Amino acid sequence: MTAVARFDRGTVPHPTTARGTYWAAVGAEWTKLRSVKSTVWSLVVTVAITVGLGALLCAAIIARWDKLDPIDRLTFDPTGHSLSGIFLAQLAIGVLGVLVIGSEYTTGSIRTTFSATPRRRTVVVAKATVLAAVSLVVSLVGCFIAFGLGQVILQGKHVGVSLGDPRVLRAVIGGAIYLTSVAVIGFSMATVLRRTPGALAALFAVVLVLPILSNALPSPWDKNVSKLLPATAGESLFNTRPSGDLLTPAHAVFVLALWVTITFAAAIIAVSRRDV
Amino acid sequence: MIRAERLTKRYGSTTAVDSLDFEVVPGVVTGFLGPNGAGKTTTMRLILGLDSPTSGSVTVNGRNYRDVPYPLHEVGALLDAKALHPSRSARNHLLALAKSSRISPSRVDVVLDMVGLTDVASRPAGKFSLGMGQRLGIAAALLGDPPILMFDEPVNGLDPEGILWIRNLLRSLAMEGRTIFLSSHLMSEMAQTADQLIVVGRGRLIAADSVANVIGGGQGTVRVETPQFRELATLLESNGGVVSYRDDVLEVSGLDSRRVGELALEHRIVIYELVRQRESLEDAYFRLTESSVDFHGAESVLSGGVR
Repeated sequence: MTAVARFDRGTVPHPTTARGTYWAAVGAEWTKLRSVKSTVWSLVVTVAITVGLGALLCAAIIARWDKLDPIDRLTFDPTGHSLSGIFLAQLAIGVLGVLVIGSEYTTGSIRTTFSATPRRRTVVVAKATVLAAVSLVVSLVGCFIAFGLGQVILQGKHVGVSLGDPRVLRAVIGGAIYLTSVAVIGFSMATVLRRTPGALAALFAVVLVLPILSNALPSPWDKNVSKLLPATAGESLFNTRPSGDLLTPAHAVFVLALWVTITFAAAIIAVSRRDV
Repeated sequence: MIRAERLTKRYGSTTAVDSLDFEVVPGVVTGFLGPNGAGKTTTMRLILGLDSPTSGSVTVNGRNYRDVPYPLHEVGALLDAKALHPSRSARNHLLALAKSSRISPSRVDVVLDMVGLTDVASRPAGKFSLGMGQRLGIAAALLGDPPILMFDEPVNGLDPEGILWIRNLLRSLAMEGRTIFLSSHLMSEMAQTADQLIVVGRGRLIAADSVANVIGGGQGTVRVETPQFRELATLLESNGGVVSYRDDVLEVSGLDSRRVGELALEHRIVIYELVRQRESLEDAYFRLTESSVDFHGAESVLSGGVR
């Protein structure tokens, strides 16, 4: 045998099922996610804002509780109030979603990634899996702590609620689901746009600017359009008081799922059709 | 084995790769030569499935790259050493690649050791010097112990020590029977490293042959040192030679060294030195690509308007 014979063929010493490639890609993406400082930071910031801002707003309302209108006291939502840090925290986790693939396009490392795993859809699904799993766990931690701390503060005026109360557990988990959805929507936008700044602008436009613009529409369009936006769906999920401006939880989940599905489908189509 | 058949890639109205046919065979170093913009990097991107060909095909061991589930075991490539996340450590960069291809994590330490980066493996790869980055890229290419290795301008910007290191590495990898495909614009480097050459210009194949044949394709020149240089120049020109001279040294083409010696003897011309000069790879390269360089100056600007 000559040395040449050894390299006549590639040697792949394991079964190569599509599922095997997927789990290999998930392992790679997990390694990538945890080995970059910006990931860790955006997760820490997400929790810090959810908890910190929630506690601050709870303390603020307690401070002026005695001066509040009776109507405001009656309609006060202790759960939603303690979770309102989500409005800002969604930006931090959105940045993470964008960076997970945006940084690969910016640095060119996407070419290294796709050279190692040419099944691009597998790569994108694996990235989204890892991102969604990590986001969900971290958001759940953030939302539960924010809720717990908020209720302790609100208990100063005896208006706190507990997880066992109606709709409360749904709201806390709903907040985490919303944050996870924002991360995945940001990820999909970055995959389609292939640029971090553009994707950040697009994501912030959807979660921050569109709600403001929709309010400027003439009635009843303002309410109708607003009900199709992910931010409204999110708010509906982490509040416990039904309101005409908000959606039912089932409707909210449907709207969120629609946004995630459409943007993710666009990402999958874009990535398999284009040159890298 | 890499095989391209009528491989073509157009971007809009620009044809980057134009109906290329070539084979890269195992056990030798194949050099990929061409002026800037000749389509070398595009060809490599097509091989790796990063770009899809407009028409034609290119296969790696008989398969399209994108049909290979874990291609790092078949092809190791270094296209752009900077194509990594700058704040990720070298080890984690390789570890992620290893996981994606089901390569044992212990292999990461092996390749780090091979390229001499063990001591700096936990530093962010973005802080690496050009040479270290290049070594990391080579470590990534070697990760799957692939039979085919492909490098785009591997010695670009390296210091002499780094160049020597890569040259020796490529030699030993080829000796093991691997297919080595590397592009370079450094002709002297190619002459020392490559066995086979694929020369392209404007996306078209110009030559695909052994280095010896490519160099031998052009006629060499003869250098003559003589005190009677005017006399000899006239004599050689009247016998079909083309002569240029500086001081008392003539540079003769169109006649071989024997004929020059015989003519000088017949006419009793004193010769101090008579040297046969082989064409350098550089000369051969310029001869071959003369008509296909994108930027010839004003001339091509004018013709560009006509096209």
